[in-house]
Amino acid sequence: MTELFGIPIQAFLSQILLGLVNGSFYAMLSLGLAVIFGLLNIVNFAHGTFYMLGAFGAWMLLAYAGLNYWFALVLAPLLVGAFGVLIEKTMLRWLYKLDHLYGLLLTFGLALILEGLFRQQFGVSGQPYQVPEALKGATNLGFMFLPNYRAWVVIASLVVCLLTWYVIEKTKLGAYLRAGTENPQLTQAFGVNVPRMVTLTYAFGVALAGFAGGLAAPIIQINPLMGSNIIIIVFAVVVIGGMGSILGSILTGLSLGVIEGLTKVLYPEASSTVVFLIMALVLLVRPAGLFGKEK
Amino acid sequence: MKRQLLSALVASAFALAPVAMAQPKPAAVGKFSDGIVKIGVLTDMSGLYSDLGGQGSFIAAQMAVADFGNQLGNVKIEVVSADHQNNAETGANRMREWFDRQQVDMVTDLLNSAVGIATAKVANEKKRLAINVGAGSTRITNEDCNPHTIHYAYDTYALGYGTGKAIVKTGGDTWFFLTADYAFGHSLEKDTADVVKANGGKVLGQVRHPLNAADFSSFLLQAQSSKAKIIGLANAGGDTINAIKAANEFGITKNQNLAGLLVFITDIHSLGLNTAQGMLLTDGFYWDMDDKTRAFSKRFFEKAKKMPSMVHAGVYSATMNYLKAVKAAGTDDAATVVATLKKSNVDDFFLRNGKLREDGRMIHDMYLMQVKKQADSKYPWDYYTLKATIPAAEAFQPMSASRCPMVKK
Amino acid sequence: MPRSHRILYAALLILGLLAPLVAYPIFLMKALCFALFASAFNLLIGFTGLLSFGHAMFLGSAGYICGHAIKVLGWPTEFAILAGVAASALIGYVVGTLAIRRQGIYFAMITLAFSQMLYFIFLQMPFTGGEDGLQGIPRRHLFGFIDLDDDLTMYYVVFAITLAGFWMIYRTIHSPFGQVLKAIRENEARALSLGYDVDRYKLLAFVLSAALSGLAGATKALVFKFETLTDVHWHMSGEVVLMTLLGGMGTILGPTVGALIVVTLQNYLASLEGWVTVITGAIFVLCVLAFRRGVVGEIAARIKG
Repeated sequence: MTELFGIPIQAFLSQILLGLVNGSFYAMLSLGLAVIFGLLNIVNFAHGTFYMLGAFGAWMLLAYAGLNYWFALVLAPLLVGAFGVLIEKTMLRWLYKLDHLYGLLLTFGLALILEGLFRQQFGVSGQPYQVPEALKGATNLGFMFLPNYRAWVVIASLVVCLLTWYVIEKTKLGAYLRAGTENPQLTQAFGVNVPRMVTLTYAFGVALAGFAGGLAAPIIQINPLMGSNIIIIVFAVVVIGGMGSILGSILTGLSLGVIEGLTKVLYPEASSTVVFLIMALVLLVRPAGLFGKEK
Repeated sequence: MKRQLLSALVASAFALAPVAMAQPKPAAVGKFSDGIVKIGVLTDMSGLYSDLGGQGSFIAAQMAVADFGNQLGNVKIEVVSADHQNNAETGANRMREWFDRQQVDMVTDLLNSAVGIATAKVANEKKRLAINVGAGSTRITNEDCNPHTIHYAYDTYALGYGTGKAIVKTGGDTWFFLTADYAFGHSLEKDTADVVKANGGKVLGQVRHPLNAADFSSFLLQAQSSKAKIIGLANAGGDTINAIKAANEFGITKNQNLAGLLVFITDIHSLGLNTAQGMLLTDGFYWDMDDKTRAFSKRFFEKAKKMPSMVHAGVYSATMNYLKAVKAAGTDDAATVVATLKKSNVDDFFLRNGKLREDGRMIHDMYLMQVKKQADSKYPWDYYTLKATIPAAEAFQPMSASRCPMVKK
Repeated sequence: MPRSHRILYAALLILGLLAPLVAYPIFLMKALCFALFASAFNLLIGFTGLLSFGHAMFLGSAGYICGHAIKVLGWPTEFAILAGVAASALIGYVVGTLAIRRQGIYFAMITLAFSQMLYFIFLQMPFTGGEDGLQGIPRRHLFGFIDLDDDLTMYYVVFAITLAGFWMIYRTIHSPFGQVLKAIRENEARALSLGYDVDRYKLLAFVLSAALSGLAGATKALVFKFETLTDVHWHMSGEVVLMTLLGGMGTILGPTVGALIVVTLQNYLASLEGWVTVITGAIFVLCVLAFRRGVVGEIAARIKG
């Protein structure tokens, strides 16, 4: 058996694959953060909470409305997005003229409220959610048995990420969006309804988080704390990648997932800190982030 | 000017200190201090452990007081509760205030080991009683033991040891540990590994994972390739739950068995039997064990809308036995009550063959359980099959290994 | 210092000296430690314009180091406190050097990420006792002869420490150094073009704030005789932001008032069965939307009126 660093090559390959699964979540979440930050200049601390809402949304749709996974995967992000519209219109709207940090503080407060409410309602042990029938089972890849659902997670998130990239970089809608990011006044003067675009962008960003939550529902326990556990890592991912580029966010997310996965076999003790260490390294070498341009 | 003012005040602060040292403290005189017996339930009402203890513990304590008759002669019995928010400061402060200003005589539940140890010290300082039901740390009756603290229901040693020993005896003799990478996980792994080896089993390896690791698949693949018969989960709460879920998804449970070293019925309830089935674990209480446990549990269910966990049942039992001891001793003085408890053999629906040891450890029978298959579960909360009873004398850390300074060797 | 301020400060001092006669010393000490912690944090957000979302790392690190020094290494109390302060300052220097390489909102995310890393490190290191916490820290004697085991004596020592901390903050803000910090807060580019080495000033302010937070943390560990992971958790970082925001960012007394309110609130909410998180969050939202000047800022604005 061939070995690398004393570990069989098969184990290596399977860990890379599993890292990719986690990376998909990082990618989707950091992408949403980047899109929101781009236009609204707000770091959405509640992003993890919307991820949690997506997962709970899927669970509630099943438990209360009897809707299966596939419906939930479409509906949950839509509901989360609608909730995002509400938040943007009633609260965030009033902060755009202020220092950016108020946006962070407001969304931090929102995250606490939502997390607390869900804890009161559903407890902390969490709710189970089954893998959909069509994706049960595993495929033998020769070096490992990959559960079909995990493969679906990677594919689905890649498709969604690339679609987002395509829409923003290659379509007219995306051009408006980029123009709005660059210079809102001028864009408004050209007849684009910038406030509505801002609302929809926020909704889209959090819907992405909601979609990630829906995807995650069958593989982790749905619990109110799942959002805050992941959001800090995603922040580090965003610092590493820089929020300037869509493709950059996706790539950084995926590769950090893989690096983290490899750390879990090579030196598991450091797997909780490796992302932060990389962040420190990047800050030393390339302060603006790998793909970033300082705003 | 301001500099002079400040330095003058700093100086006077030091000067004043000794003068103010003699502050009167409310004294507990008479048989029943302040004419009331008051019990405090200090627990986590909203955080990580609120399903295990929380509101349910308060309900259980109230039930015990009601069953006792709400009165002790002419003396009223009362229960109060508070949320320590998993914060040792909040917990210790609240307990001090209870003891000093609100005439509380005994505080129970106290889950979360940081809160548990901190409050044990407060109890000792104030010479009142802490009956810890919820926390798992063995330090409460070892390094941090004291004469005013009783550790009532379980500890990590009892859970890990019971599971380890019983599984090795039934043929699960090769182990791989999935260990939470901090003190608690390490000691759980060590206690269990020791008993596995002592009984002729082998430990093939272990992997350390961080707290709140959302994804366990990487670690489980390592456990899988070890080909060990048993994968011991030396972690707790959300980590255990997610590990079990991933093991199920990767089909690991087909060839290997999971052993939960710190798993509670609340965890099984939230996982669902489809995922948890077949797992082995140790528990100090199961609601559906016999008529006595069922009688209590059904009454509890009426009020709490869920079946009691080991902590809930333990809080009831602790409160009840405390009141009985107070009655027998004729006083609520903590030292006397503890002495009374130590003399008596305690036996109720929760404590079987209960005996309070010198180090404050309440020992009693523990149970090795296997989680039922979905198909075998006949009614709600029908989760466990009893595999073995671990006798009280064997279930807990032996006194010979005690690190408690109170224990004379 | 204007006369009205002098009277106010004198009144507060007397209040502080008499407080333990009516209120619980340990509760008061907790409030004082948090007042110092929030004031140290305010030095950054209020007077330099840097939002650190990881200040818990300084509070907790100092607590652990001080506790370990006094309990295991047997150091005298005053040296143990100094060790805690030094540790926080050092961590502040390392994190600060890295974090000031990015501006604005990135700064907050970087500090948050580093404090999370420290949280994991403290969780894993054996000397902290993991989730059991570092328990049974002795207070010993200050300077070898002031017995700190009495809560009231301890209170006056904590009061003195806090005053010393406040005094340092006050001096810093009103020094030429503090003026440069304010200039950076108002307009970083202009400060830079005026020839100030902005990064150096920011780093100095960061280290100073870290050290003072460490002073609060080390003292707090001695007050409670234990140190737990709560103090390094990101919730704590959020809490200190809340205290400062609620009391009034950029005001001298704001953080103290905020700390008092939050600590009192937590004490009362203990009987409110689990709504703490929700209420904390709601206060955050309310402050940001409608009450950005905070209690003290609002009062000051009314007086100036």
